[in-house]
Amino acid sequence: MTDTMVGRSMTRPEMREPTQWERLKSNRDWLGFWFMMPTAVLLGLFLAYPLFLGVWLSFTDTKIGRAGKFIGLENYDWLSDDKVFWLSVTNTLLYTVVASAAKFAIGLYLALLLNKHMPFKAIVRAIVLIPFIVPTVLSAIAFWWIYDSQFSILSWMLKKMGWISVNINFLGDPWNARWSTIFANVWRGIPFVAITLLAGLQTVSPALYEAATLDGATGWQRFRFITYPILTPIIAVVMTFSVLFTFTDFQLIWAMTRGGPVNATHLMATLSYQRAILGGNMGEGAAIATAMIPFLLAAVMVSWFGLQRRKWQQGVGND
Amino acid sequence: MTDVLQSAARVAQPSVAREDNAEGMEFLETWKRRLVFTYLPLGLIVLVLLFPFYWMALTAVKPDEQLLDMETYNPFWTWNPTLKHINKLLFQSNYPKWLWNTMYVATAATALSLFASVLAAYALVRLQFRGAQLVGGLIFLAYLVPPSILFIPLASIIYQYGLIDTPMSLILVYPTILIPFATWLLMGYFKSIPFELEESALMDGATRWQILTKIVLPLAVPGLISAFIFCFTLCWNEFIYALTFISTTGNKTVPVAIVNEFVDGDIYRWGALMAGALVGSLPLVILYTFFVEHYVSAMTGAVKE
Repeated sequence: MTDTMVGRSMTRPEMREPTQWERLKSNRDWLGFWFMMPTAVLLGLFLAYPLFLGVWLSFTDTKIGRAGKFIGLENYDWLSDDKVFWLSVTNTLLYTVVASAAKFAIGLYLALLLNKHMPFKAIVRAIVLIPFIVPTVLSAIAFWWIYDSQFSILSWMLKKMGWISVNINFLGDPWNARWSTIFANVWRGIPFVAITLLAGLQTVSPALYEAATLDGATGWQRFRFITYPILTPIIAVVMTFSVLFTFTDFQLIWAMTRGGPVNATHLMATLSYQRAILGGNMGEGAAIATAMIPFLLAAVMVSWFGLQRRKWQQGVGND
Repeated sequence: MTDVLQSAARVAQPSVAREDNAEGMEFLETWKRRLVFTYLPLGLIVLVLLFPFYWMALTAVKPDEQLLDMETYNPFWTWNPTLKHINKLLFQSNYPKWLWNTMYVATAATALSLFASVLAAYALVRLQFRGAQLVGGLIFLAYLVPPSILFIPLASIIYQYGLIDTPMSLILVYPTILIPFATWLLMGYFKSIPFELEESALMDGATRWQILTKIVLPLAVPGLISAFIFCFTLCWNEFIYALTFISTTGNKTVPVAIVNEFVDGDIYRWGALMAGALVGSLPLVILYTFFVEHYVSAMTGAVKE
């Protein structure tokens, strides 16, 4: 406010009271309101409102093409006795935990490798990101072909090496299908984790490692007591995103198995799509989708409090 | 006593040369160690990361008879590549239409999101209106809301607005994914522009709008490019909304069309399918090769904030 007052008195020689309109034009709140308008409208109409509508729909018996009535907790009641729903919950948890852990471990390892001096480093780093660039569905289709029950290149290779005698039914057997989809998800997620952690690693001063080395620290100790503490905040953020997107994954499963065989790979997202859009039971689908929210909140909370603790340890102003 | 000394010496002495992941100390590592502990695992990971694309590209140009016969032909290479699948894709299917749809939706949604994000980011960083902190936090929270829990209610909203099965529905919905990301990214860039520049412009009587368009935006061009590329890629990649809202074949985007239109029952047209996946990925890969650095800064910038 003060700077605009100064600006006006500098540019205008004669002093006069600013009109109401001029005052409004330089009012921060008024300007801020209009600058935020497009964002607020778009996010309000297509994000905040649907979020509440989704929760509301889960308490109704809405079908496609028919407005629903309020039925209280009936959808949830129904789901709590539904084996397929619980299967999808356990699948989602398994998928999230295993894939996130693997993404973290391999991603961190890859980031440490990429942080070393080597020729063509920039090119290698660029290549590593490619799985992240290519649309998930399209690479999922490629995996679908790699996992083909008859003409899988993996089965062919393993047969040539003499490790197996019959083709592996990658996507036809429940557990094979689970591991295959988890592998594809890990494959898709590693570049993101690796490149963001690499960015964090590059901020660590080499002087720290040199000092530690002189003090006789081993490679593991340098990682454990220098790299890891400095990386913790960025790890928390990256893993929150990774867990969130893995938990709500839809496209990879839909492109590869559509939840099959016999619902073995259904995640909560794919199940809610199947029930709501294909089956027409919008209310029930919305209930499944709403059931994901507590898990998501838990994941965000864990990383949030982890970050706060970190900040407290490092001093509040230091981030 | 000597025992202790010896073990102490053993701990202290070789640790210097043992292993290392810092720049500047790498002369301590022998090339054999580097080969086994750096290049080998790195090579293996890169191989696994790239193999699906190689396989995709190879399948797209393999003649049909070599596709399924792995005994008479070496499956990892083909000496007589064919453009039959790609040709069929581009001239005898709806593929060009789908590509166009994807491009159109992605460009329009990105442009809309960037417009909104630039205004929002500027207001949040520089106007510091009452409640700016809170609004910034809300926008970050919006980033954490996944499409998978929104598509059902959105489908009914889009239906009520009469937008179902139109590209417009996607253009309006995609910004919910893009704006939070782009706003946070741009906020970082705007913060790095010296405030003194704006102050002196204010002194000279420039309006906020003039400051934004004539000072801030030209200085934030790298950030805008990063945001644009990243948003464009996200749009191209988006699947669940496009799958839910669009039902007419001619209105579909590439990812949805590939999954729904190319898979006809048991006759897996692998050649055409892989050609479709390849052609659908190429525009993004080409864009990416030109702007690698922007891309990386977009990805890491949004996380660092």
